[in-house]
Amino acid sequence: MDYLHDLQVFLPGIVVAAAGLVVIMLDAFKKGMKITYGITTGSLAIALLISIQAMFGESGTAFYGMIVYGGTGAFGTFIVLLGALFCVIISREYLSDLNLHNGEVYAMILFATTGMLGLAVSNDLISFFVSLETMSICLYVLAGLIKHEKTGAEAALKYFLLGAFSTGFLLYGIALIYGATGHTNLNEIAAAAEPTLLFFAGSGLLLVGIFFKIAAVPFHMWTPDVYQGTPTTLTAFMATAAKSATFVAFILILSRMLPETEAGDWTNVIQVVAIITMIVGNLIALAQDNVKRMLAYSSIAHAGYLMVGLAAGTAAGYSGVLYYLFAYTLMNIGAFGVIAYYERNHGLDFTEIDSYAGLGFKVPVMGVALSVFLFSLAGIPPMVGFLGKYYVFAAAVHAGLIPLVIIGVLASAASVYYYLRVMVYLYFKEAHKEYSLITPGLVFKSSLVILAVLTVYYGIEPVLPTTGLIELITSYYAA
Amino acid sequence: MELLLNITIYLPLLGVVAFLFIKKDEAVKWTSLIITTATFFLSLPLLFNFDVANSAVPQYLTEGTPIFAGMDIKYLVGLDGLSLLLFMLTTLFGPIVILASWSSIKKSLIGYYSMLLILQTASLGVFASLDLVVFYVFFELSLIPMYFLIGIWGGRDKIKATIKFFIYTLVGSLIMLVALIYLGYNAGAATGIYEFSSDWRFISGAEYTPGLVEQTWMFLAFALAFCIKVPLFPFHTWLPWAHTEAPTAGSVVLAAIMLKLGTYGLVRVCLPVFPNAFMEFAPLMAVLAVIGIIYGALVAMVQKDVKKLVAYSSVSHLGFVVLGIFAFNTIAVQGAIIQMINHGLSTGALFLVVGMIYDRRHTRMISDFGGVAKKMPVYATMFMIATLASIGLPGLNGFVGEFLILNGTFMSVLYDNKVYAILGATGVILAAVYMLWMYQRVFFGPITNKENEKLIDLNAREIGLLVPLVIFMVWIGIRPVDFTQFSEEWVDTFITQSEEKSITVLQNTNADELPDWTAKIYNLHEHQSEQNLMVQKD
Repeated sequence: MDYLHDLQVFLPGIVVAAAGLVVIMLDAFKKGMKITYGITTGSLAIALLISIQAMFGESGTAFYGMIVYGGTGAFGTFIVLLGALFCVIISREYLSDLNLHNGEVYAMILFATTGMLGLAVSNDLISFFVSLETMSICLYVLAGLIKHEKTGAEAALKYFLLGAFSTGFLLYGIALIYGATGHTNLNEIAAAAEPTLLFFAGSGLLLVGIFFKIAAVPFHMWTPDVYQGTPTTLTAFMATAAKSATFVAFILILSRMLPETEAGDWTNVIQVVAIITMIVGNLIALAQDNVKRMLAYSSIAHAGYLMVGLAAGTAAGYSGVLYYLFAYTLMNIGAFGVIAYYERNHGLDFTEIDSYAGLGFKVPVMGVALSVFLFSLAGIPPMVGFLGKYYVFAAAVHAGLIPLVIIGVLASAASVYYYLRVMVYLYFKEAHKEYSLITPGLVFKSSLVILAVLTVYYGIEPVLPTTGLIELITSYYAA
Repeated sequence: MELLLNITIYLPLLGVVAFLFIKKDEAVKWTSLIITTATFFLSLPLLFNFDVANSAVPQYLTEGTPIFAGMDIKYLVGLDGLSLLLFMLTTLFGPIVILASWSSIKKSLIGYYSMLLILQTASLGVFASLDLVVFYVFFELSLIPMYFLIGIWGGRDKIKATIKFFIYTLVGSLIMLVALIYLGYNAGAATGIYEFSSDWRFISGAEYTPGLVEQTWMFLAFALAFCIKVPLFPFHTWLPWAHTEAPTAGSVVLAAIMLKLGTYGLVRVCLPVFPNAFMEFAPLMAVLAVIGIIYGALVAMVQKDVKKLVAYSSVSHLGFVVLGIFAFNTIAVQGAIIQMINHGLSTGALFLVVGMIYDRRHTRMISDFGGVAKKMPVYATMFMIATLASIGLPGLNGFVGEFLILNGTFMSVLYDNKVYAILGATGVILAAVYMLWMYQRVFFGPITNKENEKLIDLNAREIGLLVPLVIFMVWIGIRPVDFTQFSEEWVDTFITQSEEKSITVLQNTNADELPDWTAKIYNLHEHQSEQNLMVQKD
């Protein structure tokens, strides 16, 4: 084994982990050093550049088959780092207002990111589990950052208890699979799998554990409370980077661990879960009056759309899911970013939809950006969210799952109502009283503008004469 | 020319970019006016250089590369006989709606004019795109600006109206999206080269012959989306709301351009791609169209609000267009196409004149008026011309379209009896009743309301924006051939081709392999026994 090569292919993870260690050490010696923030953004940016390069590189496995590199893993790494970087950038002003702008928070973000990076490339149930726990434990801490509020404590405790519960399922599943096949490596499991009760029970429990983490119905109960109680920019981090990492791991497990025989046929289960996730997520979102909770339920619904692609189980389906994750990261961080901005003006309770009345005209760039993100989340062309949905649904239609797709499009038609509702308040209602909003910082504003531009740009990118992103993703599954 | 077409489509977006640097209200108005006027003049060479003899073949094509290997989704725009006039109508209305909003919009002008300009690009894009996925993208894009136009600058019930409009249309088009994806894969398999194809030239061509079961489902999904957009009875309930609550420019664009997206889609996609289903469902669609004609007219008659009256008259008029499309012969389809233009001109003009009186009096109730003609003679004349064009007086444009449609409907082989044409014709009479009755109550008689004493007649801007519309109303009425010539070849070609295609599909079908309901809808068992008899005779 060539250690240097192995280390090199996991370089983004190593950079981020090392940065995390440096940050926590620096913070231990002297509180409130500004350089910690610089190290965080710098390391994430470097890791992002490395991962972009890796997206076009070769693929294979490393560390005795514990991790994969290139292909799906590289793209997963890219999405996670993109999400983490933007979340950290939009966090600075917001967390400063909450007095949470300190080294420990950023160290936790970096460690959580390390876990996600491991998760997105794990090719072995052991590395999968260790990465997942690294990520989750850091997220439990981040969820409880607003200690003085009841919602903060509720978020952390709920997340921790239910997370621990799901970890139990996961670990039990892994144990049973090991019992059935004698392996923990995904490829070897696939080769050794027999349609035995033990194997079914094991993979079933494993899926339940994953459903918990991606907030699929009926394992979604923790999501709204956790999303509401967590500082908004970190909610964005959970909703995008953490979810993307788990989904990429899900793809790896589905495509590499479950053999293409009877033993690995979980399509029906995934279809059913996708259907109830889309329906329940969207229906409950319709009734929300708090924008953060609304986005929490919307993220449940989006997990449902993503699972439509997984249910297709084809190359087109998996590449559609990867593309969707990319789209979802852009638009969701954007939406949470604008909400965090409005929240900064008037304190934590300022997420009730009624308080958004007339805000759209106040700082036009924020209103327009939020509209772009919401239209994209609703899947209206020419935003990137439409293309994400299009690729996923197209793959499912091609795989013959037309009823599933029809439920999906109807659910997403219903979703339009609650996304539009935010804009109704932003633009169509009169403001309750006259007040001025604080001016957003230049970095904060420009990062949201960049996200909005990317949201539109990738929506029309396929017709531009450049090599499309979807083409790159599809090439991962060409073999 | 290819480049010119693209410039015409995207020039309005340049205006939106310019607004990033322009802050003064006056400058915003002038920029939008200059941009839309330039768009109109740039589109004129497209009309003059159009090869009329080859109108069935798309011209000025810009063809991009497929988004990736195996998937034939690409940027493909061009104009043919079907889209040319609608495209021109859209560019014509660009400066008109800007002028119509000149002094009536006072709130956030940058936003308002950006929305109008984006809407312009979206509508031009729908008419020009020949790849169905690109078509779908523009089709949906047009919803966003209209949503804000109604929601921000609309009337009292604007929120309800705009949400209803948005969701209603979106549900239809999402179902269409599923069918579109299926169609793409189905057509892709037929190409033999691609996995997916949404190139309209291939899909509408003779080589692609979808089976009967597929045709039925896809036709229903596409027709649903388009009928909601038209709107055909019973999917029309969003329309009176949206029209009444929208600002004047919004109603004008909605009536003149956006409703056409529905009827245009029926001709563009449903007619050539699913001929068997199209012909089999024609009588059903005709029934809905006739109900729409009469129902729309009756409801219009009892309206108290002039704008709502015009909105319901749209339901009635577009019923004619649908009736013509499904009659499936050259005369009727030609009539339908010219009627789309006519409805755009006359209903657009009606919404404009209603908006003008609303600007002055801030009411649209018929009972608030009376004797207006004495105070506003020019206005009364313009209103009269638009009214007469709308009810189809010979010599004006409306007559041409309605006559061709009713004529074609009467002869149609698909509609097994003449009742459709006869009932449809009553719609013309009813139109005269509700329009003239309204006209009489608003303009004639004594001035009962003191407020009306102070009315001032139209100013130069208002006259100027109505004059082009009046010119075209008269021109189409007197020399319709100048306009119908563009689509003649197109209609002939595609009707013949669709008929042949439907026969090919039937020949390739084995009734025993299909589900019972399909065999029943298409009377397959009879067809095949006839064929067997013929074989025996030979």
